[in-house]
Amino acid sequence: MIPIDASLADPEAGGKLPLNVMHFTRLLRRAGLPVGPGQAVAAAQALSAIDATNRTDVRAALATVLAQRHEQREVFDAAFDVFWRDPTGTEIARAMAAIDGMRRQEDAKARAASRRILEAMAGNQAPRPREAPEPDQQLDMTLTFSADEQLREMDFEAMSAAEIANARAAIRRMRLVLEETPTRRFRPAPNGHRWDAPATLRRALKRGELLEIARKRRRTRPPPLVALCDISGSMTRYAQILLHFLHAVANARSRVHVFLFGTRLTNITRQLRNRDPEVAFELVGRAVPDWSGGTRIGEALAGFNHHWARRVLGQGAVVLLITDGLDRDGGRDLSHQMERLKKSCRRLVWLNPLLRYEGFAPKSLGIRAMLPFVDEFRPVHNLNSLADLAELLSKPAPPRDGSFAWTPPQAPQQSPPQAA
Amino acid sequence: MTEPTAFPADVDATGAMLAAHDYVAGRDLATAVLLALKLGRPLFLEGEAGVGKTEIAKVLARALGRTLVRLQCYDGLDAAAALYEWDFPRQMMEIRLSEATGAAGRDVLAAAIYQRKFLIARPLLAAIDGPPAVLLIDELDRADEPFEAFLLELLSDFQVTIPELGTIRAVRPPVVVITSNRTREVHDALRRRCLYHWVDFPNAASERKILSLKAPGCGEALSAQVVAFVQRLRGMDLFKAPGVAESIDWAMALSHLDAHELTPAVVDQSLGALLKYQDDIARIRGEQAAQLVAEAKEAA
Repeated sequence: MIPIDASLADPEAGGKLPLNVMHFTRLLRRAGLPVGPGQAVAAAQALSAIDATNRTDVRAALATVLAQRHEQREVFDAAFDVFWRDPTGTEIARAMAAIDGMRRQEDAKARAASRRILEAMAGNQAPRPREAPEPDQQLDMTLTFSADEQLREMDFEAMSAAEIANARAAIRRMRLVLEETPTRRFRPAPNGHRWDAPATLRRALKRGELLEIARKRRRTRPPPLVALCDISGSMTRYAQILLHFLHAVANARSRVHVFLFGTRLTNITRQLRNRDPEVAFELVGRAVPDWSGGTRIGEALAGFNHHWARRVLGQGAVVLLITDGLDRDGGRDLSHQMERLKKSCRRLVWLNPLLRYEGFAPKSLGIRAMLPFVDEFRPVHNLNSLADLAELLSKPAPPRDGSFAWTPPQAPQQSPPQAA
Repeated sequence: MTEPTAFPADVDATGAMLAAHDYVAGRDLATAVLLALKLGRPLFLEGEAGVGKTEIAKVLARALGRTLVRLQCYDGLDAAAALYEWDFPRQMMEIRLSEATGAAGRDVLAAAIYQRKFLIARPLLAAIDGPPAVLLIDELDRADEPFEAFLLELLSDFQVTIPELGTIRAVRPPVVVITSNRTREVHDALRRRCLYHWVDFPNAASERKILSLKAPGCGEALSAQVVAFVQRLRGMDLFKAPGVAESIDWAMALSHLDAHELTPAVVDQSLGALLKYQDDIARIRGEQAAQLVAEAKEAA
């Protein structure tokens, strides 16, 4: 370790730089980057290790410490440009707005926070006489959404309160136990199949003679679970309930990833991690621009396959695909994307609320395109079907021989729900 | 082992040091490397596969005169494979020997068999205990979360406690390089202890320089065309964009095919060196390739 340069401890000796670093880290924190005091110190250390008059180097050095993810780099660069052009902070409020726009999709909570700060800053700052504002291309990146998408903000209170409360309580009680897969690690087990040599030796030394052989067996752990949930208009009512289910699952176990799709795909894993369901759904509602719009299943799956499959489907993942299969694009590119999805996961379960209807037949183009590539096809429309799902997932996956052929069950299906 | 070379003094020196060992690094990366060396923090490199993340550790080891200790991560990696393991057969042998000579009690025996010489050092212990090292923790995203948490502890103090033996502390902490291909998000706690750098695809000029170093058999004109072609390919929406490693492979493949310039036919023949998914190959092969060849030739 290099000792901290004495000049850093004393802001006078080191000039204005340490002070500026402090202000800059504050700005980043407000912009939503998780920058702690430890990193502020590290940033100052980093600057002492390079030539701090070279702007390019300063940018690179600060980025190594303060931007810990690739996605954060854009925000970092924007903040850096503004700050080093005008570190007195008069322009920062304007920058915050732009940063806000860039991060819209990414993190609703921090966005709300930065907006609050923006309001706070606007409050105590006198309007400043200034020359004509220069247009800044880099900062003008507020996202625009195409007109045909319905930008509806979801209101969770619109649900019938008593019913939902009951269902929610039931969902909380549900335990999802996935069939565990063996890992390469071992744990001590008296009836294990393998001999644990080091443990046997340790035990023998303790007792003075070799009395028993220590055994071990493979540890098992549940595989990652990835849920892809359709939130288009035809799925709205189910999506609401299933979100509760997914929230419970995401908070009860590790390695759960949740994506929502309508016309676009949104990863809501981080938002759902919030323990308080109300806060979590509030965040989800803000992160998702296309509640109750149309569905482009093919496009959403293509996006998932391209950007996320390799990041979340490792280590034998189980995929829950929750959709009614009614595709606005008429199943275009769908079978191709489904095939890829199936090949990149260990088990692909399709949950379709339409299955509750008696005489359901896979007629729609979307459904016909998807059906051959799933491992299981299940209804999901009431608490019983959710319980069945939990039961199903705790058992071994069916063998993957040939493509899946769904036969309508002989027994009469449940009647359509009582209240519309 | 010779005494390791001193760390470079500034960004220029770092860039020069890497260049001297045939690694073309942008100024950003050189800055990150310099800081990792000076601040004694792990360097955490993320980026697409094949952009030279692993190579940087190898080059650093060579340039700094340190041993390269590599830990390849995988799901279920445990302490016995990553840190240390007792050499059980030799311990048993020792016990048999002491029995044969009629040697003394339990405590003496315990002291005799839990000695440093019966300890098999795996990469992490080797990097701490051995000669000055560059520790490469490769593809951390492949290991699971428990291993990451274990690593956190090790990387903060560079010491290992072995119950039977005591604490082993690094005399000279290793230079640590961690790489990830983002098949899983690495936890924030680990990121905070590291210096982060995203290794991007190089620009055309850098990539030409890399090819001239790594695939010297491929002529200058062809190299320029290869680079122009690959750079265009990266702009397209492919399932897996080719990395630098792939362009080097392809340039070498082309020179083995005795190509002196890109033609649609030779591209179609050798596309497998560049693209590794059938979907991507099917999309590029034929018409698209011909068009890209024409564009690349014009640009080169």
